[in-house]
Amino acid sequence: MYGKGLKPLSIATVAMLAVSLSLVFFYAPLDADQGFIQKIFYVHVPLAIVALVGFIIGGIFAIAHLRTNNRKWDAYSYVSIHISVIFGVAVLITGAIWAKASWGHWWVWDEPTLVSFLIVFLLYATYYPFRYAIEDRDRQARYASVFAVTAGAFVPLNFMAVRMAQSLVHPRTFATAEGGMPGEMMLAFLCMLVAIGLLWTTLVKFELTAKSASGQVKRLRRALDAPVAGGSSRIAPEVS
Amino acid sequence: MTPSRAAFAAILAKDLRSELRTLQSLPAMALFSVTTFVIFRFGLDRTSLSGSLAAGVLWATLLFAAVLGINRLFVAEREEGGFDAIRLAPIDRSVLFGAKVAALVIYLAALELVAVPIFAVFFLDGAGGLGPLIAVLLLADLGLAATGTLISSMAVNSRARDLLVPLVLLPLVVPLMIAATGATEPLLALGGPSYHRFGTWLMVLGLYDLIFGLVGYAVFDFLLED
Repeated sequence: MYGKGLKPLSIATVAMLAVSLSLVFFYAPLDADQGFIQKIFYVHVPLAIVALVGFIIGGIFAIAHLRTNNRKWDAYSYVSIHISVIFGVAVLITGAIWAKASWGHWWVWDEPTLVSFLIVFLLYATYYPFRYAIEDRDRQARYASVFAVTAGAFVPLNFMAVRMAQSLVHPRTFATAEGGMPGEMMLAFLCMLVAIGLLWTTLVKFELTAKSASGQVKRLRRALDAPVAGGSSRIAPEVS
Repeated sequence: MTPSRAAFAAILAKDLRSELRTLQSLPAMALFSVTTFVIFRFGLDRTSLSGSLAAGVLWATLLFAAVLGINRLFVAEREEGGFDAIRLAPIDRSVLFGAKVAALVIYLAALELVAVPIFAVFFLDGAGGLGPLIAVLLLADLGLAATGTLISSMAVNSRARDLLVPLVLLPLVVPLMIAATGATEPLLALGGPSYHRFGTWLMVLGLYDLIFGLVGYAVFDFLLED
């Protein structure tokens, strides 16, 4: 049962998002340099951080799956990566909008963080066809875990290599956070980070609950010896 | 010899012997790379290359030629029951990983022995940068072999073998290609080789080899379970 606690968690997420967004728009000052468009920073950067942390968490769940051989961890790993890939799409779109507004181009190649993120995103996007192509369920779970571990090791290495290859024009979030970012901006940013983190957790929990419920329904149908209507996704792991 | 080393030597010798007898991968890889050079000659409309363009053409060609060999790396194991034999044998399964990486490094070195001189004849003005290029080639081959073996061993057991290897491998080797082209670019620069950031890039290549060698060694056991 994964549904327990989903309701309070959802309410906390909505409340935190509402509070953080009001902080972003009504409390944090306008950026002297970029003006209103800089507000996208409060969505873009937390999304990127949460997506990357989500990829790493997916890798840790995958290690747990390989060590214990418990299918539950494979489902956790799959859902973590799944939600992080969706967040990744949002990161690339908000990043492109921000790049267009502040540098005049939709895509800027000599900006290491965005390029690194694209490469990581492309790698994780292959998780689905990879998983889908393996038929045997046990083997699929094991191979997907091996993929998640390998890709988890790839993330920091890729960031290092891309950063070394390029000049630095990206806004240094944490350099400015230590140096010049005003306290109001920092507070709004940290609140957004917590809110997006909560959103990720809620979505992961929601997806796991949905998978567990549909798995249960399928088992009950099978117990009734009725043919399963509709069929199920062949990519997604079953959760007991 | 310890059992692991004997098994390693036996698997490697088996792979090399069967490649020598069937010539399934290597001639295709070499032919593919030469044809790709010709396509680049007309695609770029350049008769001589230097610097970043030369490094890009060389590495893109070598990478795509390597994918051909990586695709076929475990086909015999799957079709002739080699995986079952390894599972039955009283040896550490990681030995298979090590032997396959070694075999792939040898294939890649053989490919480069043909492709790089032809590349130099086709496009380069001088051969001065080719000596230090050997170090870059060897380190990059090691990393490419480690990730390639890992992906190939998984893809061969799937429905979409030929599709999965390039799909998953290409994003995974992007850091390797960044470092390899970064080290190669000054070596092939117009007006003689230079060594701008050469050591740094070699260290990145070494780090990549180390990380994916260890990851492959650690997870390979799980790929053979059944």
